[in-house]
Amino acid sequence: MSELTLRIEKIKQGTVIDHIEPGKAIRVLNILGLDGQDGRLITVAINVQSKKLGGKKDIIKVESVFLDNEQLNQISLISPKCSISYIKNFKVSKKFILNIPDKFIGLFPCTNENCISNAEREPVMSEFMVISEKPVKLRCAYCSRILRF
Amino acid sequence: MSLERKDIISAKQFSREELEYILNWAIKIENDKGNYAKSMQGTIMATLFYEPSTRTRLSFESAMHRLGGTVIGFSSSSVSSVKKGETLADTIRTVAHYSDLIVLRHNNDGAATFAARCTEIPVINAGSGSGEHPTQSLLDLLTIQQECGKIDGLNIGLIGDLKFGRTVHSLTYLLANYDINLFLISPHSLKMQNRVMDYIQGKGNVKIKETTNFIEALPKLDVIYMTRIQKERFPDPEEYESVKDTFKFEKEYLDLLKPNAKIMHPLPRVNEISSQVDDSPHAIYFKQTYYGLMMRKAIIGLVMGVFK
Repeated sequence: MSELTLRIEKIKQGTVIDHIEPGKAIRVLNILGLDGQDGRLITVAINVQSKKLGGKKDIIKVESVFLDNEQLNQISLISPKCSISYIKNFKVSKKFILNIPDKFIGLFPCTNENCISNAEREPVMSEFMVISEKPVKLRCAYCSRILRF
Repeated sequence: MSLERKDIISAKQFSREELEYILNWAIKIENDKGNYAKSMQGTIMATLFYEPSTRTRLSFESAMHRLGGTVIGFSSSSVSSVKKGETLADTIRTVAHYSDLIVLRHNNDGAATFAARCTEIPVINAGSGSGEHPTQSLLDLLTIQQECGKIDGLNIGLIGDLKFGRTVHSLTYLLANYDINLFLISPHSLKMQNRVMDYIQGKGNVKIKETTNFIEALPKLDVIYMTRIQKERFPDPEEYESVKDTFKFEKEYLDLLKPNAKIMHPLPRVNEISSQVDDSPHAIYFKQTYYGLMMRKAIIGLVMGVFK
């Protein structure tokens, strides 16, 4: 752990996403729209040893970013059960395990182009029920298509 | 048990107990037609058909008339405000004020689920996209039960387009409640979709055999359920040409069948069953339409809470 601490700089305020499933940190960064171009400090560790996951994990530390519900829901699809810590003045102000919600509404479109939820001008939002957490599988509430993550 | 005020959206919504209840009602009404001839008097059914239909729309309408009710609706989106760009949601909210139940056929998958969310009155799915056609599968089940004398223990073959055919999706969901051997016979590119396979395997009642060899399977089957293979479903036209006649039921195949085997088809048929087969006692696809009327009478009355 001490080696790891040496390599990952502390942040004054922002978010630490720990215990991300190994190899998925880049996808999480994509969800958050972070590519480093705005100059903020981002530290990413990929495939580091994890006692909790019994193998490897990824970690992301990002300064001056706090996550909204939509982002949390999206991350839960990629890596459910990762831990989120919000940092204020170098201290953890809030920490929680990210659980996948029962359903996703309006977050992303159904992959079935012919699904009614993709119909032009219909007043309908996409809706998916979570039918499996490991692996993550969602079922469209309208056309029943199953999405695997 | 009651189906009163319930939407009929998916074949997955029924338990075996409910299926037996519905089938029993269909037979009961048929055996005592006179007594039920005015049971829907004063009730209006709307048939909203955004896609072409002969049997489904006319059998629903005939069923309602035979039960003493009345029917409004359209048989093509080109003769309604849909042509002017009206959404499905707006059409449903409007028609719900003019009728007591809605029968909907729509080109989009999941349209019936969405329509049911737009109104308090019952919605019956009469076919939505390539997803489901639950009332067709209910009449198919009734046909099998009445013509074979049972459902459990049968060898049932579904043949043709199992990937996009909504009737075979719904029928498979219903058959998942029975102890049967299910033969899924199709070209490789039109195999049954994973979501349907997952469901039937999850139920654990059915023994499944997937094959592309139609002829080899025929002597084993009690029910041969043919479906249409549509050219437009194939990404490669050459592949269509190579399989289109492989899944056609020719007259000479009758010799391969078990003595009591039944040939079914949801219709319309194009060329997947030779017309020379029509007079065979094995062919019951026109009788299916008679069972369709029986079943739709039962569904209308049960959903409206009249039969209980």
